[in-house]
Amino acid sequence: MITATGVSWRYGTNPVIDGVSVTARPGRVLGLIGPNGSGKTTLLRLLYGALRSPTGQVVVDADELASLPSREAARRLAVVVQETGGETALTVAELVLLGRGPHLSTFQRTSRTDHEIAARCLARVGAAHLGERAFAQLSGGERQRVLIARALAQEATHLLLDEPTNHLDIRYQHEILHLVRTLGTCAVVVLHDLNLAARYCDDLVLLGAGGVAAAGTTDEVLDPAVLEPVYGIGIRRLDLDDGVHLLFHPIDQPIAQRSAA
Amino acid sequence: MTAITLPQGEPDLLGVAARRRRTGLWLLGLTAALILTGIVAVGSGAIGIPPLTVARIIGHQLVGLPGEVSWTPPQEAIVWQVRLPRVLLGMLVGAGLAVCGVALQAMVRNVLADPYLLGINSGASSGAAAAILFGAGAGFGQYALSTSAFLGALAASLLVFLIARSGGRVTSIRLLLAGVAVGYALYATTSFLIFASNSAEGARSVLFWLLGSLGLARWDALLAVAAAVLIGLIGYLTLVGRRLDVLAIGDETAQTLGVSPDRFRLRLLVLVSLSVGVLVSAAGSIGFVGLVVPHLARRVVGAAHVRVVPVAALLGAILLVWADVLARVLLAPQEIPIGIITSLLGAPFLLILIRRLHATGA
Repeated sequence: MITATGVSWRYGTNPVIDGVSVTARPGRVLGLIGPNGSGKTTLLRLLYGALRSPTGQVVVDADELASLPSREAARRLAVVVQETGGETALTVAELVLLGRGPHLSTFQRTSRTDHEIAARCLARVGAAHLGERAFAQLSGGERQRVLIARALAQEATHLLLDEPTNHLDIRYQHEILHLVRTLGTCAVVVLHDLNLAARYCDDLVLLGAGGVAAAGTTDEVLDPAVLEPVYGIGIRRLDLDDGVHLLFHPIDQPIAQRSAA
Repeated sequence: MTAITLPQGEPDLLGVAARRRRTGLWLLGLTAALILTGIVAVGSGAIGIPPLTVARIIGHQLVGLPGEVSWTPPQEAIVWQVRLPRVLLGMLVGAGLAVCGVALQAMVRNVLADPYLLGINSGASSGAAAAILFGAGAGFGQYALSTSAFLGALAASLLVFLIARSGGRVTSIRLLLAGVAVGYALYATTSFLIFASNSAEGARSVLFWLLGSLGLARWDALLAVAAAVLIGLIGYLTLVGRRLDVLAIGDETAQTLGVSPDRFRLRLLVLVSLSVGVLVSAAGSIGFVGLVVPHLARRVVGAAHVRVVPVAALLGAILLVWADVLARVLLAPQEIPIGIITSLLGAPFLLILIRRLHATGA
């Protein structure tokens, strides 16, 4: 469980996140959504401690994040960032094994168990065949899956992902998010695609200008009346058998009108 | 949770064991090559001495075997007093420059980083110039030159560190820029010292020193200090290989994998500055070894630092000793500054590497 209370961040004099509070509950997937520049990534970075908020605090499983040694923090929070390290000359297997680092003492070599965990994590993201390849030579989608495998190999109690579906084709978007959902760990995901959020998140935090515009269960937040003013786009919601689907149209141009034009 | 079954009975998942074995073989082979290199290098020079005689003299001096003397006293003096310390210093300098290059390339995430990037050699050069031209550090007797050079190196790295540091953090880009700026300023200082001294003979010896030479090597405290510092550095860098891997990927990644990038970079900066300071004080600035050897090592055993560091150390040691042999025999009895040899060999080599780098897109 991650609880942030009253955290803030500003770039220069421009406050991006101002006194925001969010809670990621155990066993649930929390989605961070919002338009470009609303501070989704900034909020995520505050949650895993890459940014230290001057106000409020972030608590991970009853301990304040700022007080945890970095190795212990890495055993609790596994993060998939957008920094890909695409210039590294490491192989995929070596890169995934780095995820075992937080569990090893500085001078300890990786053991047979570590190799098994890494191999299993690669298999889970459908990348078992990539083990011997150079990471730098993979496609964007393959890289993303390998980075997720590294985060899984960390075996942390929380998983944080910054737009994990970037660079992925539609099938892998769903496979990766399905995987995140079935892990059963507390997960926080920054997402652009609201339909993916609808299908795979339990709770959502919608960020608008300067702070939280709405927070609650996915069903509560994905309400056209809530979303439309924040995104500035017309939204129609369909509640089908398999869940919520959203259709979008320019706000001054309802769907019926468009077909006429 | 879906269970994933791994290939049953597969003894070497991910090929880790195979890679470890291959690295072990390389290390064995390179160690053998290093010993051979040492013996041949000690034997070559203005007066040639057969390798077997060299091995006998060294064995006799070290462990008293063979007991009977089958060589002339001048031969023994040349091998033991003159050439062996020189070859050993060459090995230390080569290995040290190579691993410092590895560490710096990981620290600033730039494959063109080399140990002189931080302006340390410029500081040492200013110190050396002050010693040669104006007798600075004369109180240190036979160590006047190296002490003065080391103090210059220390001052330069302190300056780089203070400039690069902001709010308790040392970022890679600030480190790069601070190193370049301090380097230029100290280079100008050295030039000014040469200009102001008005001594042609002094200017010549400063120039010779600037281009690097192992000619000052003898059995003395400097050699002992260099050995202790560099063996310590190589051991430490090998042990923290995984953290170097993580740091080389990026600060954000390092942090999420439990390595505090700022603190680790700071520790590396102190260790590398100290080592380069010792190296430059002992042998002047010898270019290209620290830049090229890390690439060679990566080509041989891949990018993981736990393997790159020891392999780079051995490769650097072998290459520098051979460069020194060339420096001694090409225009014998005249000695060419070794920095000229390493640059002449290193530059085309680097060009080849750059072309390859481009071709693979890595």
